[in-house]
Amino acid sequence: MELTTRPVALITRARLQRGIAAQWREWGELAIQSLLFFAAMISVFTTIGIVIVLLVEALPFFQQVSLVEFLTDTQWTPLFAQKHFGIAPLLAGTLLTSAVALALAIPVGLLSAIYLSEYAPARVRAIIKPILEILAGIPTVVYGYFALLFVTPLLKRVIPNLETFNALSAGLTMGIMIIPLVSSLSEDALYAVPNSLREAAYALGATRLEVALRVAVPAALSGIVASFILAASRAIGETMIVAIAAGQRPILTLDPRRAIETMTAYIVQVSLGDTPHGTLEFRTIFAVGLVLFLFTLALNMIAIRIIQRYREVYR
Amino acid sequence: MEEIILEAQNLTVYYDGRPAIEEVNLRIPRRRITAIIGPSGCGKSTLLRCFNRMNDLIPSARVEGKVLFEGVNIYTPDVDVVEVRRRIGMVFQKPNPFPKSIYENVAFGPRIHGVRDRRKLDEIVERCLRAAALWDEVKDKLHQNALTLSGGQQQRLCIARALATEPEVLLMDEPASSLDPIATMKIEDLMRELTREYTIVIVTHNMQQAARVSDYTVFMLAGEERVGRLIEFGPTQQIFTRPRDRRTEDYITGRFG
Amino acid sequence: MELRKRRELIGRVFEGIALTATTIGLVALTLLLLDVARRGLGVLSWSFFVNYPSRFPEQAGIRSALLGTLWVISLTALFSVPLGIAAAIYLEEYAPRNRLTRLIELNINNLAGVPSIIYGLLGLELFVRGMRLERSILAGALTLSLLILPILITASREALRAVPMSLREAGFALGATRWQVVRHQVLPVAFPGILTGIILSLSRAIGETAPLITIGALTFIAFDPRGPLDKFTVLPIQIFNWVSRPQEGFHRLAAGAILVLLVVLLSMNAFAIYLRNRLQRRYQW
Repeated sequence: MELTTRPVALITRARLQRGIAAQWREWGELAIQSLLFFAAMISVFTTIGIVIVLLVEALPFFQQVSLVEFLTDTQWTPLFAQKHFGIAPLLAGTLLTSAVALALAIPVGLLSAIYLSEYAPARVRAIIKPILEILAGIPTVVYGYFALLFVTPLLKRVIPNLETFNALSAGLTMGIMIIPLVSSLSEDALYAVPNSLREAAYALGATRLEVALRVAVPAALSGIVASFILAASRAIGETMIVAIAAGQRPILTLDPRRAIETMTAYIVQVSLGDTPHGTLEFRTIFAVGLVLFLFTLALNMIAIRIIQRYREVYR
Repeated sequence: MEEIILEAQNLTVYYDGRPAIEEVNLRIPRRRITAIIGPSGCGKSTLLRCFNRMNDLIPSARVEGKVLFEGVNIYTPDVDVVEVRRRIGMVFQKPNPFPKSIYENVAFGPRIHGVRDRRKLDEIVERCLRAAALWDEVKDKLHQNALTLSGGQQQRLCIARALATEPEVLLMDEPASSLDPIATMKIEDLMRELTREYTIVIVTHNMQQAARVSDYTVFMLAGEERVGRLIEFGPTQQIFTRPRDRRTEDYITGRFG
Repeated sequence: MELRKRRELIGRVFEGIALTATTIGLVALTLLLLDVARRGLGVLSWSFFVNYPSRFPEQAGIRSALLGTLWVISLTALFSVPLGIAAAIYLEEYAPRNRLTRLIELNINNLAGVPSIIYGLLGLELFVRGMRLERSILAGALTLSLLILPILITASREALRAVPMSLREAGFALGATRWQVVRHQVLPVAFPGILTGIILSLSRAIGETAPLITIGALTFIAFDPRGPLDKFTVLPIQIFNWVSRPQEGFHRLAAGAILVLLVVLLSMNAFAIYLRNRLQRRYQW
């Protein structure tokens, strides 16, 4: 066999080389790519914006109110004549409502995740999943209505000295709101457990319950824990339910029957009032906002890390 | 005496820093069918994808060496990759028509290369569908979604689509592996027909197919370290009847792979 | 034998408990809907839709809130949809796998978990005061746009990822540029999925209250908003206002407004689910 090269290289080179048209086209592509990149960067700018805004308003606040007072004073009365700037009562209010919410959402969410992934026939899943989606899509202001005008009157019949605004109803309603979050994320984690693991356990004579609790749940544990953490983050940042139903009284208590005030509800309270912008009183909402942001950020970061890790394991 | 249209010189491709094929030297004759055969994992597809720079799309891939198209190295920075791909078309393992009308599938290539005139487009669509032996089957339903066609028809549509940019070379990556025997036969007949104008390089794991349709055959093999190398290249008849390399003979006679 | 029976019994009991837990959501949803209907159905009348809010419950309506919601959501869609799709296209089709890309992705994941009221504080400083937009529809829409961008980007990325790679390869092999492939082949196929994401994120924006309160949207608006720089209120804020009053008459109004809001949201969700199911059936390669 004999092979030769045809002497067309020169012509071809001219035609394969990037000409003016190709350069224009590449510039256009670059311009489009830059625009798209800019759009993606907006999320980064948003985060930077949040941090700057919180710091710019919170730093002057901390020049007037020492960090020690902020963290150790047990009273929060910035809007009164006798001013105290201790965040403890707001923090306690937030943690109290969140604890109540998680005490409901975590067991119920996890149990329904286990039911949906390990037990439920396809027909039941087809009914339950959309209901959970609807539940997750209901605006929080509607849950606030439900907490104040349905849950509280109902609970009052059982708990006589329950105050009209209280941490318990707000927390429980928040728990209902968070169930779909726990349930769907935990179910995702359970779903990612390879069936071969389950089959191995069945082959050893395990019952369905044993497979669910001793095989599936432990294997999905990191994802389940991540869903709990995200639920906590969500509860801490939730605003309307507590603003409507938990009260506006920043007291340091762990009694869920009493009216309290959360960090988020305080921000709403000031926003609705006529406190002038630029004053120390108004800056309190940015100091509180900063604390809120740091809390949720930390929780989110931990959850994201955990999720990333278990995704890698089962890839 | 054969004219060369494509030539690989010392071609090495790395994925994530590990070589997938190494030091491949190959000269592909014009208006002939060259088949690349070898056991799976020997780098056939990787080699094929070097010829139209499809490896550029894999971020972890790095190509060393040269690929000369009509004597011009297509891996130099001043080469327009769009023009390379226009003149070196590709047909894939699984038919992948766009989920649009049959007409739009064929017209997409010419459109992006600047053909706007409707009558010109009509003419290209008809010519290419005829060349791909599909015209008679689809001429009454040009505006029907291409996904309604059978697998074999879809693959011929993909060939028509590739022809529409007026390429000189068609690269085919196991084009019949997902088709039934009758559809496969139609594709093979079509390939023979196309060699009047086009150069075809086909990757196939099917030795009978290589023997049936190709003029030249390349045999590739990956050793223990899983790096693909070119073992032997020659006229198909010679490769299948008097292979020079022992490994080629083992493969042809089915002793491994 | 005895042990085996006990194990089975425990299994049954557990299944019962798990099933009960699963139905709690259903029960809560039913109770909520019943309560809202019981209290709110009575106020739904023509005048409820065309009246402005009022000190007298029997004369009050949701006209300004409904118009405000319409304005805010239209503008939010206008800002967030192009940005969200563009960001998703960048991350899915263009972004090199490097540190910056990972940073952007981590950042989006994080933003999705930032409490909405924090966005309100950002909107207050950035749009209301920084850009001097005052307590306007525009400031509200910009704030909500930032809020739903992470959801929109994530949903659009999923839709883009569902487009088979072979389609992109076919385009590139014909000599199409990356943008041509995205514009002509990928986007049309991903479109129904993206649309589903758009509807779901907008329905999230429609229900948002806290960030709009923080940027100072008013609770009492007795005129029709006529442009993006007008003051405004929205349905959730109107509901919040009515719930917060002690009189039962306002609670009925709140329930009526919730019914309207839920009907809007549920029909949007139903449409999104319909789109998703239709899309799943359509293309089979």
